[in-house]
Amino acid sequence: MTFILFGFFAVLAIAGGIAVFVVNSMARATYALAVSFVAVGAMIVMLHLDYIGVITILMMIMEMAIMAVFMVMFMGMNPALMPMDMTHDKRRSAVLAVVVFIALAVAIFVIPWPARTGSPAADLTQSLGDAIMGSKMLVMLTISPVLFATIVAGLVLANPRGRYDRYGDDLDRETSDGNADPEDPIRGGIGR
Amino acid sequence: MSDTSIAAVLLLPLGVVALAGVAASANGALDARSKGAPMRSGFAAPLWDAARLLRQQRRTIPGADSLLWRIAGAGLGIAAVLKVLVIPFGGFTFADLPVGLVWFNAMDVLLWALWWLLGWGANSTWSLVGGYRFLAQALSYEIPLMFALTAPAIGAGSLRLLDVQAAQQHLWFIVWMPVAFMVFAASVVAFSSWGPFHTALGEDIGGGVLSELSGIDRLLVLGGRYAVLVAGAAFSVPLFLGGGAGPLLPASVWVVVKTCLVLAALLGLRRLFPMVRPDRLAEIAWVIVVPVVLVQLAVVAVVVGVNGGAL
Repeated sequence: MTFILFGFFAVLAIAGGIAVFVVNSMARATYALAVSFVAVGAMIVMLHLDYIGVITILMMIMEMAIMAVFMVMFMGMNPALMPMDMTHDKRRSAVLAVVVFIALAVAIFVIPWPARTGSPAADLTQSLGDAIMGSKMLVMLTISPVLFATIVAGLVLANPRGRYDRYGDDLDRETSDGNADPEDPIRGGIGR
Repeated sequence: MSDTSIAAVLLLPLGVVALAGVAASANGALDARSKGAPMRSGFAAPLWDAARLLRQQRRTIPGADSLLWRIAGAGLGIAAVLKVLVIPFGGFTFADLPVGLVWFNAMDVLLWALWWLLGWGANSTWSLVGGYRFLAQALSYEIPLMFALTAPAIGAGSLRLLDVQAAQQHLWFIVWMPVAFMVFAASVVAFSSWGPFHTALGEDIGGGVLSELSGIDRLLVLGGRYAVLVAGAAFSVPLFLGGGAGPLLPASVWVVVKTCLVLAALLGLRRLFPMVRPDRLAEIAWVIVVPVVLVQLAVVAVVVGVNGGAL
């Protein structure tokens, strides 16, 4: 039973991955990818890594939803809303994909995997938390700002029409009521 | 299949549907009163609406992505049932996940996808605008919601809902985590596209994601929205309201009673707040709500650290 279920999710993950390149709509491709990732998350749950599995499902659905936002933000005339081919540079990418797949598949069988030495902790979620907040703290502290800076830098580079476009020229000008910052034509919810 | 899984398959969806029906009925009555009609006339209104929608023919615009559209329409109710799956009714729970709290979070993120797909699938501008409005709003409520969910987890020192419930036997979490509770309740309203956060279904864009829905599709979405609201209200019970704790009645009944009380509050409060535009909400959420809920978390962490556990 477990074997059948695991196999089902494995096939679903691969089928979802294939569907990404077969469908002709950005939305379907996005959510085919989400299905693929959710299947992977379910497989991780079946390996008794509950926290990582559920969080994978959570993050991947969220990520695909956010991708829909970026789709509209950055695709000029919005071809994302029309039917389109999901593949580019077909021959080379097909060759690349097949080669990588074969290399990874062969590696699974060729690599002399080490035998398990320890035994899993009683509470895997807790030991994960201990590792992140303890021995791996330095890694997390380094990675988080780098990831965050990458996101912000990516946004700044991809979006030339940010707040400075909104403010207009001459950022040094004062507003009529003597405020040092220029007037923002699109004000936020707390009325600044 | 074991008895529990049979019960989960049969009883759970029926229960959620029943409670969603009660919520719709109560809302119909309140609607009737605000229009100046007698409240009695409103109770049956959702029932007549449902009957009408069941008979109505399905309408589809050419070019609609019917597959994604219908998956999304049916998905709201399913997401609600999947949320309730992990809620403990006293000592009994349909699915005792060690990470039940994260499961709830994953299911509410599923709503991001569903609301947007509802907007996308119709192939109508107003629907799509509604879908994007929901996502813009989600970017504001999700982070505060995640922090609000963290508070009971820190208090109980566990992500398992039975443990969270057990940690409140002396003092309910709502007493010393009021901010987390309020943020949670507001987020429930937001992910249900309800009350002040229903811009995705706004009248100003012709009903938004609802604009092209008809017949059974519309019924599933309107009903699913109440179901999601019910699931959110029910989840506040093990998180903040002591779970099944209460005198005389059995624990499972208390869970339902408390759920109904929270639901009544959400239905009643709906009429007190104006609609909040997602772009304004973004600044309110990130500049005010996130820091406030972080302070709440700090307080909870210090209390747990000093006290060596929940109060």
